[in-house]
Parts: sequence; C-alpha cells; structure tokens
Amino acid sequence: MARDDSPQLDASKAQRADALGGQVVRLAETTPLALDSGVSLGPIDVAYTTLGQLNADRSNAILICHALTGDQYVAGTHPISGKPGWWDTMIGPGKPLDPANYFLICANILGGCLGTTGPKETNPATGKPWGLDFPVITVGDMVETQRLLIDHLGIEQLFCVIGGSMGGMQALDWAARYPERVFSVMPIATAGRTSAQNIAYHEVGRQAVMADPDWCQGRYLEEGKRPHRGLAVARMGAHITYLSESALTRKFGRSLQERERVTYGFDADFQVESYLRHQGITFVDRFDANSYLYITRAMDYFDLTHDYDGVLANAFRATKVRFGVVSFTSDWMFPTPESRELVKALNAVGANVSFVEIETDQGHDSFLLKIDAYHRVVNGFLEGAAEHRGLNRS
Amino acid sequence: MSSQNNTPTIRGPNISKSIRVDLQVIADLVPARARVLDVGCGDGTLLDYLTRHKNVDGRGIEIDRDRVAIALNQGLSVIQGDAEVDLPDYPDQGFDCVVLSQTLQAMHDPKWMLEQLLRISTRAVVSITNAGYWKNRTHFLFAGREPFAVHPDETWFNTAYIHPCTIRDFVALARDMNVRIEKCFVVGPKGSYRQTDPDSCTANLFAAQAVFLLG
Repeated sequence: MARDDSPQLDASKAQRADALGGQVVRLAETTPLALDSGVSLGPIDVAYTTLGQLNADRSNAILICHALTGDQYVAGTHPISGKPGWWDTMIGPGKPLDPANYFLICANILGGCLGTTGPKETNPATGKPWGLDFPVITVGDMVETQRLLIDHLGIEQLFCVIGGSMGGMQALDWAARYPERVFSVMPIATAGRTSAQNIAYHEVGRQAVMADPDWCQGRYLEEGKRPHRGLAVARMGAHITYLSESALTRKFGRSLQERERVTYGFDADFQVESYLRHQGITFVDRFDANSYLYITRAMDYFDLTHDYDGVLANAFRATKVRFGVVSFTSDWMFPTPESRELVKALNAVGANVSFVEIETDQGHDSFLLKIDAYHRVVNGFLEGAAEHRGLNRS
Repeated sequence: MSSQNNTPTIRGPNISKSIRVDLQVIADLVPARARVLDVGCGDGTLLDYLTRHKNVDGRGIEIDRDRVAIALNQGLSVIQGDAEVDLPDYPDQGFDCVVLSQTLQAMHDPKWMLEQLLRISTRAVVSITNAGYWKNRTHFLFAGREPFAVHPDETWFNTAYIHPCTIRDFVALARDMNVRIEKCFVVGPKGSYRQTDPDSCTANLFAAQAVFLLG
C-alpha cells in the first residue's frame, strides 16, 4: 500500500520512505505555511500512503481524509496495531474505493502523531519535542497542508475528496477553499460546524488528559512519562459518543464480565465497562496525548458558517463541485439534521448535491463499518461522478 | 450504467404500462440540456432517461430512503427529503423545468406545491391520475365504493393518493392561480396518448391520466 506511483515528483523536496512503509515529504520549506492562528509554520513533514496508479491525465486521484484518531494507513494491515486499516472495509479490489480505478492518497493530518509534523515531533528551534509550543491548528490548516502535498504530487484537480467525521469536515473545507481543484466531495457523518455538544465532549477529553499528573503541562516526552490514564479516560468517554444506546444494549446489555454476580466493588463487573477499558488501553499505545488536545481543538474551531460571513451557503456559491452527503440514523454525534443543513445550503446555491441517510443502529462509527446500503451509495456516487468526469474504470 | 435503450426502463413492481407512457409524455415535454428537478423522483427512472436521452442536468428529491439509494447507484443526483418541507430551500427560478409525476395528489397542500414549482422553475410538467375517468365514476355509482386508490393493494384508508382530482378540477385550480396551461396530454387506459384541449369533456371522461405543461 505504500507504493508511490506518481511520476515527476518535485525532486527538490526531500522525499523518503518511512520505517512503517509509507512516504514522508518535507513541504513548506522555503515558504512557511501561514496558519489561521497567525503563526507561520515550516518546514512541515507530511507522512502519507498511496494506492493504485495515477492515470495519464492525472484525473483519477482521490484524497481520503482521516478522522480524529485515524491515520494514513487506510487499508491492509496497520503497521503498528497489526489490525486492518481504519477504512479497510471501503478500500480494496471490488470495494467502492478500488485501487484498480483510482489513485488513492491518504496523509496523516497536520498535528497528527504518525509522521506528519505535530506536537510530538521535534521543534527545529529548540531541538526538543514541540509539546504545547506547537501552534494551535485548524481544519483549514490541515487542508492547506494537504494542498501542499497535492501540489507536490503534481495533481491539478482531485477527482474526489472523501472522509467521515472530521475527515468530512476536511472534504467540505476543500470544496469551499478550492472548488476548482476538486471534482467531487463526499462528506460523510459530518457537519458544516462543530456543535456545542461535541465541543463539550472534546473538553471533557482534554480535561481528562490534562488532569493526569504524567501529562507534565504537556512536556511528558521530555520527562520520560506518558499521560496514559488521562488519555485512556478521554478515549473511553469519546468512544461512547461513537456508538449508540441501542448498539450498546444489543452488544452488551447488562451482561456481566466473566462472573456470575456483581462484586460490590469497582472492578469492571459489566461487559460494557471491560470493553471501554480495553478501548482506552489500546488507544494510548498508538496515540499521542498532545495530538489529541490539538486535533479536538481544531474540530471545535471548525465553523464554515462563521468563515463565510454567517451564511453557510456562501461557502459554496457558484460551485461546480458534485457533493455526495451521507448521514446515519443512529449517529447522535453528527446527527442527520446537521447534514440536512449542509444540503439546504447547497440547494440554495444550486449545487449538484446528493444526500442519503443510511438506516443503522451503529451510531457515528457507522462510517467505518461495512454496511451494504452505505457502500452501495458511496460506489454509486463515485461511479456517477466518474462517468461525468470521463474516467475509464475497470 | 451503459444501457442505451430508446425507451425508459421501468424498475420495481406495480408500475403499469400506462405509467410508462406517462413518463414518455413527460420526457417529450422536457427541453434538451435543461436544468431539471424531478420532485418525488422515485428510483430515478425518469431522471435516468432524461440524463441519457436529453442530456439534462438533472436533480431529484425522493422521500423513500431505499429508492434514493437505487437512484444514487445509477449515478443520479438525488436528495432524500420531503418535498413539502425542502422545496422552500431552493432558490427562485433555479431550474429550467421541474417535474411532478403522479405526486401532486399525494401532497398535503397541492396548491402550495404548484406555487413552489413555478417559483423555482420557469416551467413545470405535472401529471395526474384522473379521478373523473369513467371507470372511477361507474365504480362509485354502481359499487358505492371509493374508487381512487392507485395501487391494487391500497384502499381509502391507506392510499397515499389523498387529494383525488379530475382533469377539470386541475384546470380550475390552474385558472384560479393564474397559471397558464401551455399543453395538455391525455393518456388512455391502454397507453395511447394525445394532445387535447384541457377543457374537453371527453378527455375528462375517457383519460386515465393527464400530463400538463405549465408555464
């Protein structure tokens, strides 16, 4: 999955394969990136993977945008966890995102912790990990970093930008920022702005991290410590928001964990407790606590309505981009009315938009799962867009 | 996505031959390369036909989730939504042509719907099932039963067809609203169709369906 098939890469850019089988390129070297916060950041390392072949007229590239805790290892076996990549259900031969048809690109986001410049990487000014000296970033800054990568890969127009949750925010931001550089976008289980409820949950997660004494005011890497307990609690809380009441009841109910009766103590008596603890523990092995703070903050700040004079429709005025919006019935983190707000704004400017709400009890996490009706919709939307774009598909 | 039939492909059950003709009549009234909105587009049969044969830039609204998924699978641009809620979101005169096929009589407020259609588009193609068709009249007269359920498995208490109207009723409403009927086609029970005077008494008696071009 780490093959880089794009020809004519800019040879002046430092490009190397990383130890995990992806690629890393150093961007924004001569001209630093002007972040939304007003700070300039550069150089920026971007770690990414690609799948499939870029076609001769460079028209078949799809940028896959990952969510809060995702990374660039979208399909196949993840080099760290050994589990399937986060979108392995969607990507592969015979699946909606088939490398036989498309050149698939996925980059670790700015502020991430799997090779792209972020708070755990070294600050060139000090030679120490950035920690909280890393500038606060936004979804727009992530998109600008991706744009630098797309420039580097010599791609003028992406066939599609697709992603769920925060990945969907990036897709929307691409369409708003660079309408001429994207032919279509698929924002899935997302919204044009982050709701008060989601900001609230993010804040609980951040407070859990920062309350861990091993967080050391963000300097835990220098201190040789890790705020594992705080980050695990943050993940446990967040994980509840990714599921649904009915899915939790169906999977666990009130079943007890390997015991006949409750223990009248604070062990994980219930299966659902044990499950959440497991989610927390496995998460801290692969994720950086400061990245968690920075990325949730970037989501909090995401508000296309605010960015475009208080009118969401202004973000998409005169757009030629094709939009395929998908929501899920049981997603209470990004509920369907938020997708409908998007659709309403797109209709108001006469945009080419499709929208469907998929029926499932799996909650926000549905966008990661193999749900046949959902996959058919993604495939159908891409197929229709490919026909309009004149792409030859196998 | 590669079929190049010269007739619209009808998918799904319970679609009679006469509806197929109804779609053909509608398709003939839609200008080539127009921006078209199909309100209540179902699985996208008409939109697919218009896209392939008349090169329209087509959009659809459909309330049924499964039908939306079928339409998207064909590469059509369709929104899952309720036209009676969502149409006000569309800008004035954003389309060249809007289609309402066999849907008007299922609306809670058909008059409001017609106003919306002619707000968002310069022309509207509307097809109705004619409640004044002689079989409905004789059924009502002799059987004494409500005759207007469109599908055989529906009856008065569960049909979506909540506002039955005759051709004459429709024409009267259009006149009340100062809406011009540019053309009127009637469709017979065996699928024959012809253009007619909307005020024709024989049309109101012998046509199973009618298609109006409003502008």
